[in-house]
Amino acid sequence: MNHLSRRELLQGATALGVGIALAPAAGFAQKKTVKLAFIGPLTGGTASNGLGGRNSFLLAVQERNADPKSKYRYETEVLDDECKPTVAVQAALKATSDPAIVAGITHYCSVTAIATVDTYHKAGMPAMVWGAVLPEITYSHQHVEITRVNGTMINQNNVAADFAVKTLGFKTFALIHDTTDYGRAHAKWFGEFLEKAGGKILSTQGTAKDQKDYTAELTRAKGDKPEVVWYGGLTPDGVRVKVQMDKLGIRAQFQGTSGIKSDTFNETAAAAAEGTLCFVEGAPTEKLPGGRKFLEAYAKGGFKEPSEAYGPFAYVAANLVIDAIEAVGPDRAKVAQRLKRTKNAGTIIGPVEFDEHGQNTVPLISKYVSQDGKWVLWEDSEYASGKRTLPGLKFKKM
Amino acid sequence: MPPLELLLQQALNGVMLGVMYALIAVGFTLFFGVLDVIHFSHGDIFMLGAFAGLSALLGLKAAGVAGAALALPLAFAAAMLVTGLVGVAAERVCVKPLARSSPLMTLLATLSLGLVLRESVLIFYPRGADPKPFPQLLPQGGVEVGGVAIRYENLAILAIGFAAMIAVDRIINRTRMGAAIRAVAQDPEAAQMMGVNLDRTVDATFFLGSALAAVAGILSGLYYSEIHFIMGITGGVIGFSAAAIGGLGNVYGAIVGGLLFGVLQTTAAALIPRGSEFRDVVAFAVVMLFLVFKPSGILGEKSVERV
Repeated sequence: MNHLSRRELLQGATALGVGIALAPAAGFAQKKTVKLAFIGPLTGGTASNGLGGRNSFLLAVQERNADPKSKYRYETEVLDDECKPTVAVQAALKATSDPAIVAGITHYCSVTAIATVDTYHKAGMPAMVWGAVLPEITYSHQHVEITRVNGTMINQNNVAADFAVKTLGFKTFALIHDTTDYGRAHAKWFGEFLEKAGGKILSTQGTAKDQKDYTAELTRAKGDKPEVVWYGGLTPDGVRVKVQMDKLGIRAQFQGTSGIKSDTFNETAAAAAEGTLCFVEGAPTEKLPGGRKFLEAYAKGGFKEPSEAYGPFAYVAANLVIDAIEAVGPDRAKVAQRLKRTKNAGTIIGPVEFDEHGQNTVPLISKYVSQDGKWVLWEDSEYASGKRTLPGLKFKKM
Repeated sequence: MPPLELLLQQALNGVMLGVMYALIAVGFTLFFGVLDVIHFSHGDIFMLGAFAGLSALLGLKAAGVAGAALALPLAFAAAMLVTGLVGVAAERVCVKPLARSSPLMTLLATLSLGLVLRESVLIFYPRGADPKPFPQLLPQGGVEVGGVAIRYENLAILAIGFAAMIAVDRIINRTRMGAAIRAVAQDPEAAQMMGVNLDRTVDATFFLGSALAAVAGILSGLYYSEIHFIMGITGGVIGFSAAAIGGLGNVYGAIVGGLLFGVLQTTAAALIPRGSEFRDVVAFAVVMLFLVFKPSGILGEKSVERV
C-alpha cells in the first residue's frame, strides 16, 4: 500500500478546497449562456433616449438572470448606433456576425432602424425595434426577423392632426421638420391628416438634423402668421425651435411629435416648454398596466439616466425576446418565427400582438402637454380642465 | 420676395450667427498664421468654452453670486482661462511634437483631440448627452423697430462679440506680444534672430485663439439659451470655412468670412424655395468657389502656398 506523501496530501486538500469553493459557481454555470444585443444611440444628440432604453434593456436582463426559473443565463452586448445609419449598419453587422448573439433589441432612431432591416434579414437574426416609428421599418417587407414593439407614426399623426384642428380649433400651420426619414415621414403623414381634418399648411421647411440656428426658418414662417408651428424631429432640435420661436416673438402654438417627448425637452427649454403639445404611442409609463412596478424596479436598479419615453418599450422587447428563447431555445430562426407569431402577450405596456408584418398593433395614442416642467397627459392637465389656456389659443384671441 | 421687415430681420439673424462664427474663425486664422497648422479640435474647444462658462455660472450661483453684472464677467474669465490653457496644451501635445511630420499628422492629431474633448464632456459632465439649458443673464425683452424684433440680448451679444474682436485687434497691433505674433507669422526664423521667444509666442497665440472660442461658446449659450456637446462639430467646420473664405492667416479676413457665412446661410434659408434644406449646401458651395477661384480668400495673402 502506497503511503501518501505530504506533497500529495497537500495537492489533494487544495483540489478539494478549490472544488468546494467553486461548487456554487459551478451550479450557477450549469445554465447555458445566451447573448442578447442592444443597439441604440448612446452618444450624440438623442443619447438620452438611447441610454434610457439601454438601462431598461439591462434591467430586463438582470431580472431574468436573477430568476431561478430561467433556463439560460443572459449576457449582453450593448452597441452604439449614434443615430447614424452608417454606424448602425456597422453595429448590426457586429451583432449579427457573433454567433453567440441570438437576438437584438434594436434602434430608437428611424434612420438607423430602416438602414439595418436587410442586415438582420440576411443574417437571419431576430431584431425587435424598441423606439423607431417610421412605418416602412415593418411595412416595407415581409422579413420574419423584424418586429416592432412600439407603434408607428401613422396613428400618432392622425390623432395629432385631428386634435389640433377639430378639438383645439387651429386652422393654419407652419411645418418644420428635420430632413431625415423620420422628420420627412412625420411631415408627410401629419400634412396628409391635417388636410383631411380641414387644416391649412402655410409652409413646409426641411432642416438639417442637429441644426443649431432656426431663426431664418422661423422668421420665414413668421411672415405667414401661422396659428401653429409644428416641428417633426427629435428633442435637441425641438428645444431649439421652441426657444428661438419665443425669442423671435412668434405668437403661435408649438406642437411636436413623439420625438420631443423626453424629460430633457422640459429641462432644457425650461419656461419656454410650457404649453407645448406632443403625441406618443402607448400611455404614460406610470399609467401603463405594469408601469409603476417598472419605475420602482428601474429606480432600484440605480441607473444614472431616466428611462425616458421609450424605456418601457425596450424593457418589453427584451422580455419578449427572452420569453421566446426560453420557449424554443437559443436558435435564431426558431426565435424569429416565435416572435413574429406573438399574440396577446401580457407586458407592462399592455397586451402585445404583432400583425403579419411584425408590427405591434398599439391602438392607443396619448396626448401630452408640457405643464410646469413636466409632460402631463392632456386629459389630466389644467389646460384640458380650462384652468389654463394654451399659448396658441391665447394668441388667437389677441 | 418677402416684405422689407422680414428681410431686415433675416439680416439681423445672419449677423448674430456671423459674430459667433467670426470669433471661432479668428482662432483658426491665428493658428494658421503663426504655425501654418489647421487646428481641427478648435470647434470642440468652442464647445468646451460653453461648458466651462456654464459650469462657472452654476458654481457662482451655488456660491451666492447670482447677479449677471458680476457672474457673467467672471464666467467669461474662467471659461477663457480654461480654454486658453487647453489650447496651449493642445498645441504642446498635438502640434509641436509633430512639427517635422507631414501636416496630415497634425490634422489627424487635432481631429482626434476634438473627439476626445467631445466624448469627455459626454461621459464626465453630469448627463452630458443632453442639451443643457444656459442661464438667461442678459437683459430680456426688446423693441420692435419697423416690424423687426430687436432683443436687448442680441444687442448685448453683438456688443460683446465686437468688443472681443476689437480687443484681439488691439492685442495684435498694439502690444509687444502682438508684435511677436506678427513677426513669427511673417518669418519665424528671422523673428527668433531678433530675440522673439518662439515657444512663448506660440503659446500666447493658442491661448488667445482658444480664449476667443470660449467667448463664442458663452455667447452661443446666451443667444440660444442652450448648449450641447456636439455643438463644436458644425461650429468648427463653419469656423474653419469662414477663416478660409476670409483668407487663412488674416484676422480681419476671418471676421469678414464669419459674418459672410452667417449671412449666406440665413439668406439661403430665407430667400431660396426649400432653402432651409440647402442652407449649408449654398454656404459650403461658396466656400468651394472661393477655394477654386480665390484660394487666398477675401483678404488673404496673395500666395497660395500656405493653403
